[in-house]
Amino acid sequence: MNQKRFTWFNATSLTFGFVFLYLPIMLLIIYSFNDSKLVTVWGGFSTRWYTALFQNESFMNAAWVTFKVAVLSATIATVLGTLAALVLTRAGKFRGRMLFSGMVYSPLVMPEVITGLSLLLLFVAIGWDRGFWTITIAHVTFSMCYVAVVVSSRLISFDRSLEEAALDLGCNPFNAFMQVTLPIIMPAVVAAWLLAFTLSLDDLVIASFTSGPGATTLPMKIYSQVRLGLKPEINALSTLLIVAVSVGVIAASLIAKRAEQVRARSGDG
Amino acid sequence: MAASGNTSDVFAPWNDASATPLIRFEGVTKRYGDFTAIDNLTLDIYEREFYALLGPSGCGKTTLLRLLAGFEEATEGRILIGGKDISKVPPNQRPVNMMFQSYALFPHMSVAKNIGFGLKQEGRSKDEIAQRVAEMLTLVQLQEFAKRKPHQLSGGQRQRVALARSLAKNPKLLLLDEPLGALDKKLRERTQFELMNLQEKLGVTFMIVTHDQEEAMTVASRIAIMDKGIVAQVDTPAMIYEAPKNRYVSDFIGDVNFIEGTVTAQQDHEITLQSAAGQDFILHSDKPLAISSTAWLAIRPEKIAVSKEPPEDRRNKLQGIVDDIAYSGSISTYHVRLSNGDLIKAQMTNQRRLSNRAITWEDNVWLSWTDTAAIALTE
Ligand SMILES: Nc1ncnc2c1ncn2[C@@H]1O[C@H](COP(=O)(O)OP(=O)(O)O)[C@@H](O)[C@H]1O
Ligand SMILES: [Mg+2]
Repeated sequence: MNQKRFTWFNATSLTFGFVFLYLPIMLLIIYSFNDSKLVTVWGGFSTRWYTALFQNESFMNAAWVTFKVAVLSATIATVLGTLAALVLTRAGKFRGRMLFSGMVYSPLVMPEVITGLSLLLLFVAIGWDRGFWTITIAHVTFSMCYVAVVVSSRLISFDRSLEEAALDLGCNPFNAFMQVTLPIIMPAVVAAWLLAFTLSLDDLVIASFTSGPGATTLPMKIYSQVRLGLKPEINALSTLLIVAVSVGVIAASLIAKRAEQVRARSGDG
Repeated sequence: MAASGNTSDVFAPWNDASATPLIRFEGVTKRYGDFTAIDNLTLDIYEREFYALLGPSGCGKTTLLRLLAGFEEATEGRILIGGKDISKVPPNQRPVNMMFQSYALFPHMSVAKNIGFGLKQEGRSKDEIAQRVAEMLTLVQLQEFAKRKPHQLSGGQRQRVALARSLAKNPKLLLLDEPLGALDKKLRERTQFELMNLQEKLGVTFMIVTHDQEEAMTVASRIAIMDKGIVAQVDTPAMIYEAPKNRYVSDFIGDVNFIEGTVTAQQDHEITLQSAAGQDFILHSDKPLAISSTAWLAIRPEKIAVSKEPPEDRRNKLQGIVDDIAYSGSISTYHVRLSNGDLIKAQMTNQRRLSNRAITWEDNVWLSWTDTAAIALTE
């Protein structure tokens, strides 16, 4: 199959695929504007659940916690992940290099339940009170690997002679990184931050393991509410989450794509 | 032809025993694992020289520059700049700037920012930087392009920005790694002359890497011919061409014909060499050669005359059949096959129109040259 051809088989499977993926989400978004209190009966257009949502203090608290955790963990993960990417792509052969890269990438394939459980055990062992900070740290540990993957794929194609030129013109290695390397790989770093941010935003499993009484994130809140029965506010809340995550992912891919175009145009690594 | 040691008006500090070199390589070796890229290399470069490193791809030219710039550390030996060992000095503290083969312009900065980058690192004031940048832009004739980004420039313009950037800090030594490699032929030739003028005007020592022998001959005050990590010969372009030390050098610079033989007689600088076919040739040698030792006669194609009649007044002559004629406008190169099957190249300037020329394919011709045209090589 090396020709793009329109066949009924393709069209049908594509349609089914998309319907399967997006119909539930579309329904959820539509019902978030439902006037009726019953989740499954359409009672006309209304934004009352959004209003109710913004007046519900426990939801707003959860939203605020989620946002803070996401921003903070994404930022820390971006710094650490970028450093890991630098070591992975720059340091030549050193003892334990394979082990190091394996350890950086393995959380990508580790079941979340295991990551969550092991972090929980760790925090209990150290005797930390679980709450805001433990969730943040937990999110850093797994989103860091995604950052490392995104940034190192950019660093591999980075033209080292640019850095050498900076050194040659009088920069020390740190200044060369800050003034030349970082601005050039910035799109990848921003994309990685957005990715880490959205990963943190929609994480339920690891947050459940590592949170304490004082800190509940939105996904946790939604999950616990749904177990008590479907409420229209949840639809509204989920719609907002979907919007936030979509904006993050789309922005990340746009930034990456634009940077790619600029690079292709200027013709340097 | 031979360089004399005490001509004061000619620029030749390498002949002056009291001159101290700006750069000195002392037994420098660079290994990458088991591979030896630079092998026990010793050479001197003097102030205001235009020094060319010439050699085939992979012979270690870039490695040599990177050792000087500080991006690589020598495995053995020392590198001195102005008498000081710089082996442990990091690249950002060396009085050396490099113009990269890929130009390595910062894509996120304007032309002016690129040129001013080195000055900014020195902590110079804004006004000072602006003034120097303007000066450099004038020097490379890019005044109107100050605000452009590198990707908005042509190849030739980028090359000039890279040059301006590496000269902005007024280094003692400028390293140029194949600076003209990416330019087309016309632009390259023009830029060669611009580089020479610039170097003369600024008085900066230039060290240029190239694999183009014509380029090296045009621009350099001295050329170092490199071969697999060693320096085969360092000399002025004329000496490299007229008095190569060995067959590798003479073959690398321009075209040359070799005839192997045995030395049968020597008188002053005149040597008689007998070829395997038993024919005697008269040639010139600066150094004495042992009788009955093996040597090679080396002669450039343009020093050989082609004629239909046997030349009466010349002692060096060979008979053969024209195998091929390569016509290239002003000159024609005749490939003449000898009776033993060897090919000899001879070059003649085309004084007449093509149709009037007497010699053509499959003609029986005589090749001849004067007693001093050929030289003897022992290795
Ligand atoms: N970092 C390196 N690691 C291993 N081998 C290298 C490295 N840099 C250069 N070399 C080898 O050293 C030799 C000389 O390279 P280089 O100096 O770049 O040659 P050139 O004369 O073409 O500039 C080449 O064979 C190259 O493969
Ligand atoms: Mg090279």
